[in-house]
Amino acid sequence: MEPDTENIEVLPRQKYFLSKKMDNFFTAIYSVNKFILQYFKEAFSTPFEFKELINQCYQVGCKSLPLISLTGFITGLVFTKQSRPSLAEFGATSWLPSLISIAVIRALAPLVTALIVAGKVGSNVGAELGSMKVTEQIDAMEVSGTNPFKFLVVTRISAVTLMLPVLVLYSGLVGMLGAYLNIHQNELTSFPAFINSAFKTISFLDIISSIFKATCYGFTIGVAGCYQGYFAKNGTKGVGMAANTAVVLSMFLIFVEEMVIVQFVNAIR
Amino acid sequence: MDADQLMEKDKSTIDGETTVISIRNLKKSFDSNVVLNGIDLDILRGENIAVLGRSGSGKSVLIKIISGLLKPDSGTVKVLGQEVDKINGKALQALRLKIGFSFQSSALYDSMSVRENLAFPLIRNKRNLKTKEVNIAIEAVLNDVGLSKTINQMPSELSGGQRKRIGIARTLIMKPEIMLYDEPTSGLDPITCIEINNLIVKVQQQYNASSIIITHDLTCAKATANKVTMIVEGKFLIPGTFEAIFNKENPVTKIFYDYNFINSK
Repeated sequence: MEPDTENIEVLPRQKYFLSKKMDNFFTAIYSVNKFILQYFKEAFSTPFEFKELINQCYQVGCKSLPLISLTGFITGLVFTKQSRPSLAEFGATSWLPSLISIAVIRALAPLVTALIVAGKVGSNVGAELGSMKVTEQIDAMEVSGTNPFKFLVVTRISAVTLMLPVLVLYSGLVGMLGAYLNIHQNELTSFPAFINSAFKTISFLDIISSIFKATCYGFTIGVAGCYQGYFAKNGTKGVGMAANTAVVLSMFLIFVEEMVIVQFVNAIR
Repeated sequence: MDADQLMEKDKSTIDGETTVISIRNLKKSFDSNVVLNGIDLDILRGENIAVLGRSGSGKSVLIKIISGLLKPDSGTVKVLGQEVDKINGKALQALRLKIGFSFQSSALYDSMSVRENLAFPLIRNKRNLKTKEVNIAIEAVLNDVGLSKTINQMPSELSGGQRKRIGIARTLIMKPEIMLYDEPTSGLDPITCIEINNLIVKVQQQYNASSIIITHDLTCAKATANKVTMIVEGKFLIPGTFEAIFNKENPVTKIFYDYNFINSK
């Protein structure tokens, strides 16, 4: 029997595979993965951009030190001050150094430092690369025989990934110093006693997991900043969007990673 | 030197036998928008060709394809004997050193001084050069573009014309065989335009470079190019001399001619 083709309702051709938002979401995931793969490919192929890498490490590491010092110190100091009343109720203020060291080394130092670096470095990288993109400076670099991905992206992502663990360890130490000053002021605890009490409860796994977390956060901040900047479009508006999205996305992903890594570390503890 | 004097420039640099750029049936679309629809072009060594056309007609796309910044949909683009879209990354990088690209926006690295901008391609591509040799090369190109005094200035401190000339100097430092100019005189005053036109001719003569000059400015085309062509609906008019193209019988070229030379008077 011949089908009745005349009465078949012709539906408009589907423009999107799922929906516009879903298609864009999966396209972005694919694009970011491609970007990350290209990073690894370029990072391990010659010629290496050591000079620019050192320059970026200086920009990310040294120039963030004052801010990290201040926030780390305040975090340790305030956390100690806020924890004291609860412990004092049970007469357990002697536990303060252990409590603070666990909180600072395991969670506060990596998280606070990563958020500060996401705000400072992530926005800077997003805006800088975005501005270079919309003013054709990246194209100019490419036509002058320089691989812009290797020179701009690989060096920046590597610098943030390498520098963040260093900044986290530094922030942890400064945070502990802030905590010690508060404890010393109130309980007259000596420095050796504080150190002894604080580090008694810290294990090697805590420090390693902290460094691992910081490395993941650094890589995330670098990728988010570079990806947003490198593919910025729509002029100055696009540059602002790139910087903004880089920070928001980094911060969101840092919290997600924190949650996943904590589960993982607790499972093997 | 005015535009007519420039037309009397020495054309003896053109080598009638060596084709440096050969384009056959080049097509490029962006989604449903067909920009280039079967472009054919040959450029000889030492020859300047001006490409005219309406905004969005694909002039800049053409030179971006030639320099490998964009990939064509179909067709062949041979630059110095190599197919730009077929060669690998390293070969393309080596080829690009022989191509100078002067961007419409100059595209100077705004975090670097003029000296650093000029040194950048040299240091990165000729790593065994000594600082003294780099400095000599920088001074030489700055002399060529007449901006020796700007060497320590930042791009933000330069005027539009100066930025264009530094952008050209940055490409000249690599002694390119081919120059691609994207709107070299757009947004500049007439005197600066004449300076840029002089510079383009000087580059042709001094460096024996072949050039593609993308422009709306017929004075620039007349002053700098040996041949002129126009992109109309994705295709080239047959390239010819300025006088042959603007014979006033073609309605499309007539509008350009009238706007530049009659309405402006």
